[in-house]
Amino acid sequence: MTPVLAATASEQAELITFIVLAPLSVVTAIGMVLSRNAIYSALLLVVNFFCLAGFYVLLEAQFVAAVQVIVYAGAIMVLFLFVLMLLGVESQESVRETIRGQRPAAVLLTLGLLVAIVAALLAGVFDTAPASLAAANQGGNVQAVGRLLFTHYTFAFETAGVLLVVAAVGALVLGKRQP
Amino acid sequence: MRVGPDAYLLLSAILFGIGVAGVLIRRNAIVVFMCIELMLNAVNLSFITFSKTNGALDGQVLAFFVMVVAAAEVVVGLGILVVIFRKRSSTSVDDVNLLKG
Repeated sequence: MTPVLAATASEQAELITFIVLAPLSVVTAIGMVLSRNAIYSALLLVVNFFCLAGFYVLLEAQFVAAVQVIVYAGAIMVLFLFVLMLLGVESQESVRETIRGQRPAAVLLTLGLLVAIVAALLAGVFDTAPASLAAANQGGNVQAVGRLLFTHYTFAFETAGVLLVVAAVGALVLGKRQP
Repeated sequence: MRVGPDAYLLLSAILFGIGVAGVLIRRNAIVVFMCIELMLNAVNLSFITFSKTNGALDGQVLAFFVMVVAAAEVVVGLGILVVIFRKRSSTSVDDVNLLKG
């Protein structure tokens, strides 16, 4: 087995994984938006988050993929489901439009946005030369990200910690019943 | 044949568009929140794709910080939703109209 053949085999695996995960992520996202039941929306979003974690692995971002599964699919979606159960699921969302013609306008504007982004992609605004993270990931992705986080981004890291504490205290104050 | 960065960027744009449409169409505030999470994740996918095309890990660190901010935002946002539900017994965004002129 030569290295060239091994590289093509891994590329083939990447292609197959992408072909499986990309339609699944789009379908679950559309299902989340269209589902009448909010619980179904939340569960479809969990599947979507797992698909994204798969893409992160394909893009050599193993650490972010693990964080995606633990933080998003684990913590944040459990919080969503918890609040959904706490508030009680409203069985039927009002089908009536509050503003006349809002939904067609929303779909039209979204399509316009998509056309603009795709045009930018096709025009080559972004430099998308295929490159490799092999050099940056020397010694493991987690180690490399950690080194960057605790040298170049130390201040941002500490600020993120403060932000999380403020959010936790804020949620406690909000959740407390006023006497 | 290999999967180029363009494919990931296109997928990210599609997911972002679905999130935008959901925010504009849905009435239930919790589902609107989920759509915002979807948009944040789409942008994260772009960040990580660009991290690969640049051959540097800064995009991955930025995606990590986006996740931290998203977690904080969800905690405070859902707290506000619970308070609104206590006052109005509804999570529809149309019922929050106290500031309407």
